[in-house]
Amino acid sequence: MERLGNGPKAGIEAGRLAATDYEANFADLHPRLDRHEALVESDRCYFCYDAPCMTACPTSIDIPLFIRQIQTGNPIGSAKTIFDQNILGGMCARVCPTETLCEQACVRNTAEDKPVEIGKLQRYSTDIAMEQGRQFYSRKAPTGKTVAVVGAGPAGLAAAHRLAMHGHSVVILEAREKAGGLNEYGIATYKAVDDFAAREVDYVTAIGGIEIRNGQALGRDFSLSDLTAQYDAVFLGMGLAGVNGLGIEGETLTGVEDAVDFIAALRQAKDKSVLPIGRRVVVLGGGMTAIDAAIQSKLLGAEEVTICYRRGKENMNASPYEQDLATANGVIIRHWLAPKSIIGKDGPNGAHVAGIEVEYTAMRDGKLIGTGETGVIAADQIFKAIGQTFSASGLDALQFEKGKISVDPEGRTSLEGVWAGGDCIGTGEDLTVSAVAQGRDAAENIAKALAAAAQPATAVA
Amino acid sequence: MADIRNNFVGIKSPNPFWLASAPPTDKAYNVERAFKAGWGGVVWKTLGEEGPPVVNVNGPRYGAIWGADRRLLGLNNIELITDRDLYTNLREMKEVKKKWPDRAIVASIMVPCEEQAWKAILPLVEETEVDGIELNFGCPHGMSERGMGSAVGQVPEYIEMVVRWCKQYTRMPVITKLTPNISDIRHPARAAKRGGTDAVSLINTISSIISVDLDTFSPNPSVGGKGSHGGYCGPAVKPIALNMVAEIARDPETYGLPISGIGGITTWRDAAEFLALGAGNVQVCTAAMTYGFKIVEEMITGLSDWMDEKGHRSLDDVICRAVPNVTDWQYLNLNYIAKAHIDQDACIKCGRCHIACEDTSHQAITSMVDGVRHFEVMEEECVGCNLCVNVCPVENCITMEALPAGDLDKRTGKVVDPTYANWTQHPNNPMARQAAE
Repeated sequence: MERLGNGPKAGIEAGRLAATDYEANFADLHPRLDRHEALVESDRCYFCYDAPCMTACPTSIDIPLFIRQIQTGNPIGSAKTIFDQNILGGMCARVCPTETLCEQACVRNTAEDKPVEIGKLQRYSTDIAMEQGRQFYSRKAPTGKTVAVVGAGPAGLAAAHRLAMHGHSVVILEAREKAGGLNEYGIATYKAVDDFAAREVDYVTAIGGIEIRNGQALGRDFSLSDLTAQYDAVFLGMGLAGVNGLGIEGETLTGVEDAVDFIAALRQAKDKSVLPIGRRVVVLGGGMTAIDAAIQSKLLGAEEVTICYRRGKENMNASPYEQDLATANGVIIRHWLAPKSIIGKDGPNGAHVAGIEVEYTAMRDGKLIGTGETGVIAADQIFKAIGQTFSASGLDALQFEKGKISVDPEGRTSLEGVWAGGDCIGTGEDLTVSAVAQGRDAAENIAKALAAAAQPATAVA
Repeated sequence: MADIRNNFVGIKSPNPFWLASAPPTDKAYNVERAFKAGWGGVVWKTLGEEGPPVVNVNGPRYGAIWGADRRLLGLNNIELITDRDLYTNLREMKEVKKKWPDRAIVASIMVPCEEQAWKAILPLVEETEVDGIELNFGCPHGMSERGMGSAVGQVPEYIEMVVRWCKQYTRMPVITKLTPNISDIRHPARAAKRGGTDAVSLINTISSIISVDLDTFSPNPSVGGKGSHGGYCGPAVKPIALNMVAEIARDPETYGLPISGIGGITTWRDAAEFLALGAGNVQVCTAAMTYGFKIVEEMITGLSDWMDEKGHRSLDDVICRAVPNVTDWQYLNLNYIAKAHIDQDACIKCGRCHIACEDTSHQAITSMVDGVRHFEVMEEECVGCNLCVNVCPVENCITMEALPAGDLDKRTGKVVDPTYANWTQHPNNPMARQAAE
């Protein structure tokens, strides 16, 4: 209370909180269910016929079966049921928007507006199996074939694991210092604590036959033609490296940052108290990245955090659950506001952000328009979270659709011997679980193609 | 307000809820707590003969099975009769009866199958001024190995003999407690009646092994790695008990013999069902051992409220009301035709009705209609078996609807016949009684 009257420090500062607050703020969002909780919750599953939850899961995990296995005291068997379909089931249990996938489909919603907590149950059994180091899969006899996988994110890891199961050798080329992709760099810290993404990479690659080479970027360190020449097959599983710009005045001012960089820095920082954060923060955007940046700004001690979204609540990509999480953490979400210009102020280190001018918006005849009415929100720091783009360098040999790699339902690109999956493909859904499904399925198709190629040609009579 | 006062073979109690002879009624402390909670009566835990008391195991005595959320469904025990000194029990019984004159206290007794043993104990019990005695011919574990409990209850001649001794040596009402561990419950009931019993009570516990520890391969409860069969009770045994009560209630030889109903009674509904099938009152144990004595408040109010709602003024309006409706299979009306009906507004689309019918019954419920997940009964296949009703998680979502006479049964292609016709009259029955030419 001694600061009453002065208020928190203005500007972008580190160490706004006491050391213990950081630890509490960035602790596990949903601690794992204990055994009793898991038994009570698993008892709620009706073991539906042709279960809607299973249909809603992009990786088609046999959810009723894995829940029944928990209920009968077999969490290890339950974990195997999950991993059979989704080797990254541990991370998906943490980050899947279950409220729009399996849990939305749960018939308990109709019965009593409260689905079985499938995500939490999935975490229960996968955590147990991973902590016990239980590996369920072994490699088939080596085939002598080697597949290049570009990107060690969810799609690449899922593909690599499935290829390794088939006996192929895999070389993963990853641009960043660590494997994991968005799981390592793009997930809010409190959703994957205790270095879970890195532990999961170790768990997945423990099958053997998978080599990860870090610091290897497509277009910089190697080309697609290098890969097609050197490897028996190629799987492209890159993420979205580009970030959309605002295209407004003041965008280059100190204090205007990309939300994805902020989120990545948070994940990598061992000591959160060294991370600077504005006293007043504005986040632009309406998706998961905006929510993650806003909540974590608040958790770092920002006094006032406002999300500005240019359309209505119903248009936000962030799920209602995530929106509620943000508001529960003290984030203000304002709709129908578009950024117009960023207002700067000169300081000792040059011009920096002082606020943002926004224009009210509305829908007219199906089009979003500015109403002309404007206002200013004071801010020390502005995070841009208005979407990411696929930056396609060195992929001229491939066909594209809407700026992303075009693939057929089996994950094949237009170039023979090259498959793709995850956020880089046209049908990518911006979901970890979809990327896993695409990586896994492409790997199955690659394995089929390699097996067919290995068969001696049938003699023609 | 319905009058739920109970008069069972002359033993009066303010309500029909008694605690059965078991651990909850082993001593004055528990019994007084029960009376304070509102129980109408108790059957004091079984007394043995004078001398050194029996000993119990010093390890676990109970085992259980559970339903969802670890709700206790069945309990099994290997505890013996009271392990307290006979005179301590008798003194406490006398004190409690004096203090609680409006409540029923019945002494449960199990002594060797010798006339002298019964002749010796009966005056001692009579002296306590309790309301009656219950002969424990039921316990299937421990005491039965010594020729008592169910070892007697399984031999109708012994039952008749001991009951006769008791009627000869005491003025107190005699309730004979029967074991269900027998092939036909009517035989011991008839024997008890022949011996002159005032009533029977049933069921005692069922011989059981509740579970096996899969790490040690010991039956549970495990006493140092070994287990022994116990007596099974709790909600899971209620259907068995209901049937046995009804069998005695409708048997011409025992018709009218008062019955104290026991077996898995947990709520007022269970109690009402026992009364309807012929019980004059009920005894409860496992429910109290699971939830404590307070449950009797729910039982009293539930029974009374239901009676008010239905216009039953006293217990006599309820007792035996369902007995005329219990019949043999051969007399069931084969012209009664029902079809399942799914209320689409209540359906949560879990599909359990479909898969139960499809995999295990009559393939009479859809899973998909016009490409949409939809569960509907195909009347042309439905035999009206009721399985879907039983597996549906939503109460009253699936109901059995009787086809009115004159309607077409789409499965058989025949019109529903309004007349009653049972198996004894059916042409497929080789024993069918032919109508006179």
